[in-house]
Amino acid sequence: MTLERPKHLENEFVLYLDGVNVSFDGFKAINNLSLCIEPGEMRAIIGPNGAGKTTMMDIITGKTRPDSGTVLFKNKIDLTQYDEAEVANLGVGRKFQKPSVIESLTVFENLELSLKGSRSVWQALFHKLSDEGLTKINDILTLINLEEKRDDTAANLSHGQKQWLEIGMLISQEPELLLIDEPAAGMTDEETMKTALLFKKLAKNHSLVVVEHDMDFIAALDCKVTVLHEGSVLAEGSLDTVQNNQKVIEVYLGR
Amino acid sequence: MSIIRTWLFCMLAISSVNAVSSEKTQEPVAHVKNAPTVTFEVSVNKLAKADYIEKKRIINHILDSKHDRALELFTSVLKGRLFYVKKTTELVTISKTEGKKVLATSFISGEEVGLFKKRKVKKVGINNALRGRLKGAIAELELFSATESKRVDAALSILKSADDNHLPLILKALEFENSNGKNQLVIEILSTAKHLISLKSSNAEARLHAITYLDKSLYGETRNGLLAFIDHGLANTDKYSSLEISLAKKTLESINQLMQLNGILENVYFGVALGAVLLLAAIGLSITFGVMGVINMAHGEMIMLGAYTTFVIQQLMPNNIGMSLLVAVPAAFLVSGIIGVLIERSVIRHLYGRPLETLLATFGISLVLQQAVRSIFGPLNQDVITPEWMAGTFTVNAGLELTYNRLYIIIFSLMVLAGLALVLKKTLFGLQMRAVTMNRPMASSMGIRTGWVDALTFGLGSGIAGVAGVALSQLTNVGPNLGQAYIIDSFMVVVFGGVGNLWGTLVGAMTLGIANKVMEPMAGAVLAKIIVLVAIILFIQKRPRGLFALKGRSVDG
Amino acid sequence: MINNQTMNDSSKLKLGPLATLLVGDKGGQRLLMALIAIAVIFPFCNLVFPQDSIFYISTYALTLTGKYLCYALLALSVDLIWGYCGILSLGHGAFFALGGYAMGMYLMRQIGERGVYGNPDLPDFMVFLSWENLPWYWFGFDQFWFAMVMVLLVPGTLAFVFGWLAFRSRVTGVYLSIITQALTYALMLAFFRNDMGFGGNNGLTDFKEILGFDLQSAETRSVLFFASAMALILGYLISRFITNSKLGRVLVSIRDAEMRTRFLGYKVEYFTLFIFVVSAMLAGIAGALYVPQVGIINPGEFTPINSIEIIIWVAIGGRGTLFGAVIGAIAVNYAKTYFTGAFAELWLFMLGGLFVMSTLYLPKGIVGAVKNIQQGDGKTSQLYFFLKEKFASIKGGA
Repeated sequence: MTLERPKHLENEFVLYLDGVNVSFDGFKAINNLSLCIEPGEMRAIIGPNGAGKTTMMDIITGKTRPDSGTVLFKNKIDLTQYDEAEVANLGVGRKFQKPSVIESLTVFENLELSLKGSRSVWQALFHKLSDEGLTKINDILTLINLEEKRDDTAANLSHGQKQWLEIGMLISQEPELLLIDEPAAGMTDEETMKTALLFKKLAKNHSLVVVEHDMDFIAALDCKVTVLHEGSVLAEGSLDTVQNNQKVIEVYLGR
Repeated sequence: MSIIRTWLFCMLAISSVNAVSSEKTQEPVAHVKNAPTVTFEVSVNKLAKADYIEKKRIINHILDSKHDRALELFTSVLKGRLFYVKKTTELVTISKTEGKKVLATSFISGEEVGLFKKRKVKKVGINNALRGRLKGAIAELELFSATESKRVDAALSILKSADDNHLPLILKALEFENSNGKNQLVIEILSTAKHLISLKSSNAEARLHAITYLDKSLYGETRNGLLAFIDHGLANTDKYSSLEISLAKKTLESINQLMQLNGILENVYFGVALGAVLLLAAIGLSITFGVMGVINMAHGEMIMLGAYTTFVIQQLMPNNIGMSLLVAVPAAFLVSGIIGVLIERSVIRHLYGRPLETLLATFGISLVLQQAVRSIFGPLNQDVITPEWMAGTFTVNAGLELTYNRLYIIIFSLMVLAGLALVLKKTLFGLQMRAVTMNRPMASSMGIRTGWVDALTFGLGSGIAGVAGVALSQLTNVGPNLGQAYIIDSFMVVVFGGVGNLWGTLVGAMTLGIANKVMEPMAGAVLAKIIVLVAIILFIQKRPRGLFALKGRSVDG
Repeated sequence: MINNQTMNDSSKLKLGPLATLLVGDKGGQRLLMALIAIAVIFPFCNLVFPQDSIFYISTYALTLTGKYLCYALLALSVDLIWGYCGILSLGHGAFFALGGYAMGMYLMRQIGERGVYGNPDLPDFMVFLSWENLPWYWFGFDQFWFAMVMVLLVPGTLAFVFGWLAFRSRVTGVYLSIITQALTYALMLAFFRNDMGFGGNNGLTDFKEILGFDLQSAETRSVLFFASAMALILGYLISRFITNSKLGRVLVSIRDAEMRTRFLGYKVEYFTLFIFVVSAMLAGIAGALYVPQVGIINPGEFTPINSIEIIIWVAIGGRGTLFGAVIGAIAVNYAKTYFTGAFAELWLFMLGGLFVMSTLYLPKGIVGAVKNIQQGDGKTSQLYFFLKEKFASIKGGA
């Protein structure tokens, strides 16, 4: 699946990766990876362990610098020039594989910290929560079903609840592009389906990249799927096409 | 021609030096046993009552006789160890003092003469002139000694005081050396002395020849001789040509350059030695940090315990100091290692995953250990003896002598490093340790008892620190604060080299050691240390995980 | 903008800005009340009552307590960065010492012609080293205001430069601890050098006056004591203000999950740098108040051990609680004064034991233990109740 270059000039992409390479001590984690995400698109990414999914996210979010290649956000911003915080402020949100919330703060405070707004030191020192902010937090609390846990410290939440809280934090950041690493891990089937629904709703005015192993979840997302293998794209298309792709079957079932 | 004339003149002028008669020089003098013993005994016993002039005559006579015991006699007199019994005027040495009495042994027969009151015996007195004569006589005898090292020492002492008077002796000794001894070093030293004397000659050609010879000669005396020559020459331009002065200047300059190079070499040697010590001190720290993520602030105290173990072992075997060090190495390893395992099992085990808390707890332990040692051994430094085989120096060139103890420590630390590398690479324990370093949960689920790996790793790290203590006891004072002096430097090595990487630790230790010592003469010890510290602080900014950090996505966590 | 109907505000009565800071901080409220009381009562008892009165507090005790208050402020500064932001600085003593040196330089210049050599400009040690002129960095220190600015500026600048370098390159955790230790060690070595112009080994001492008042007099000591107490109170309120703000919560999130905080869009290095500098300045103030009370500042204050000891005050008191740090500093130092006097040999054993015990059994310090006992959970409370029962049974038996 190679990209046709002219297309990139015509179309607006939220995320555009081309010819990206990264290696750690000689091991090529990402090998000539190219990927495009359109505005409002939801994309599922699957691939065996070590395929480079997490490293790809690290590159997009500024955690890892690629050895070579282009990483563009909204067709013009070169993401490799920014660090994590700057990328986040540009409008890229990320959810980690392991739920990562701030354990000693309450659910409410977690959301307050992630609420879109100024990130400067001075502002933080004299910050006062506005009415709109409060309403927004309350809305999100309802959305992620944690109203009752509002004043509990995040450490006391269950695994699934932490996942939800992190998703909630992501939403309150109001990013244009969401990178979500294994959101369904540790959730019940019911919660998983609810999450899929939520993502589909979000996809209307955000772009989403979801990494997931759970095929039912991906089926529920009903979106284009990219298969990564050994750091590059192996196949791309609808879930059915991909599942019937000979190369994909080989990779998953072994040689 | 004129050189020879000068020599002849000298030989005639100083009759006392005629001690070495020209006929006998062809034989290796040290083996001569032909002098009549009777004469020797008679002359020796005359020493008791003789006045200074008479004594000098006797000394010359004995020197002439080339008797076996002449050297022993001269040394005894020079060091004030020769006495005589007032009544009998028999010459004696004193072997024991019992209260107010002394046990005298006859110098000649070596038999015990009996107990005397202290005031019944008297020292064989000498004055300054005699002292000088004795020294000269000793050097003369030793110049023809059978032992090479003695000849070297004698030649060096002649070089120190080389003047016209010594010329005949020097020539004779050179002849002896060329035909019998054939020791190049002695020949070199003596030739240097000969040419230094020629510098003062009135013959321009001889002087020029001497200057040419002295090029690249690195003895301090050469430098002084040339300096004096230049000063003298500039003051008497009528007698000295500008050519020889400028040649002397050039020679001096090239000598200075060589000496500078020597100085740098010496500092590098000191630096490598310091690096070796730092390496020993830091490898243990590096592996405990690498495997367990634990910063052991008590590591310095493990070093201290090793040094104290050396001290205790020496106290236990006072008659076998040479061996004591070899015994101390495994002993220190065990003492520090066992205490390390105890610390791990009792405290650190409970603190895994909390590196900063571990740092505090181990600091507490370090305070306790320090105070414990202070309570047991007292706050003062203890005397650890350097065994003979470690003492002394070896000569690289005339201007550069390096001490053996540092060389041994360098070799020893490299051996420890190699041994450790072998343990890590080739043994099951090493394999398990590396597995735990890379992926603890995985190793644990594969049936490796991570708890024991931790304990043994900590023990191993501490044990190596103990061994470092043995080495350090040979270089520095052994006191309760010994460990503290090295802990910060060890940290710097680990941080600089990269954690858990033996190669990195080696490079880090050597870089730090050499940087410290090479900068020392320029900046002073303290400033050099400050510069190194600041440099490392800045370096960490560039490479927060050190020089040889493991790279990869698992590291950041 | 009238904006008074938020949920938070409606639940509270109208409170002054100061009081809002202390809402929910019972320990802090009690601590501040105690501090205000001490600040008034101690000097009062010292100055008003005659020496043989039972209410009399000796100038020695007053000064000693004043010293503890300075230590408490220092502990507070460490708690700000370690307790709230997770940065274990093993070199905070350096900022304390720098503040102390800034004050010491002022006091030194106040001596003027009364020095042994009677030189109006040069301190004695410079005359002794036969220096001709005052080094440039001593200029201005004859002015009190200038010295006070330097008390803040010197530690603050050092913290800024060092922190900027370290945090920007993401030196964290144990690495950061080690290089902070190297920093104070390097400074110690530097200040030991006579060439530095800070009195070398002996440091700065033999002070005579501060602002024209005799440093030995009970009145001056009382004022210094009062100032120390006030500085501690102010320091507490500032710290409380910071930790209570959104910035405080950002710091906590840096401590708990640095990466998460970055991905939320916070420039972690700016926040850590801010708190590091504030903390260094607080430490500088503590040092500046400490020096006129003890009468000397020397390079010994830079020793790495001093810095580590501060950590133990905070750990024992309870990190991340602010008032715990104050309690810890005072308790440990009181114990130190007592034990070094009574059983000098034992003190290091005690201190070492404290380190080990507090990390093993008091992970949240005294404050945490008391809380645990009140709530009846955790190891410490089990121990407490076990001991209580034992004692009760012994009493019952007797």
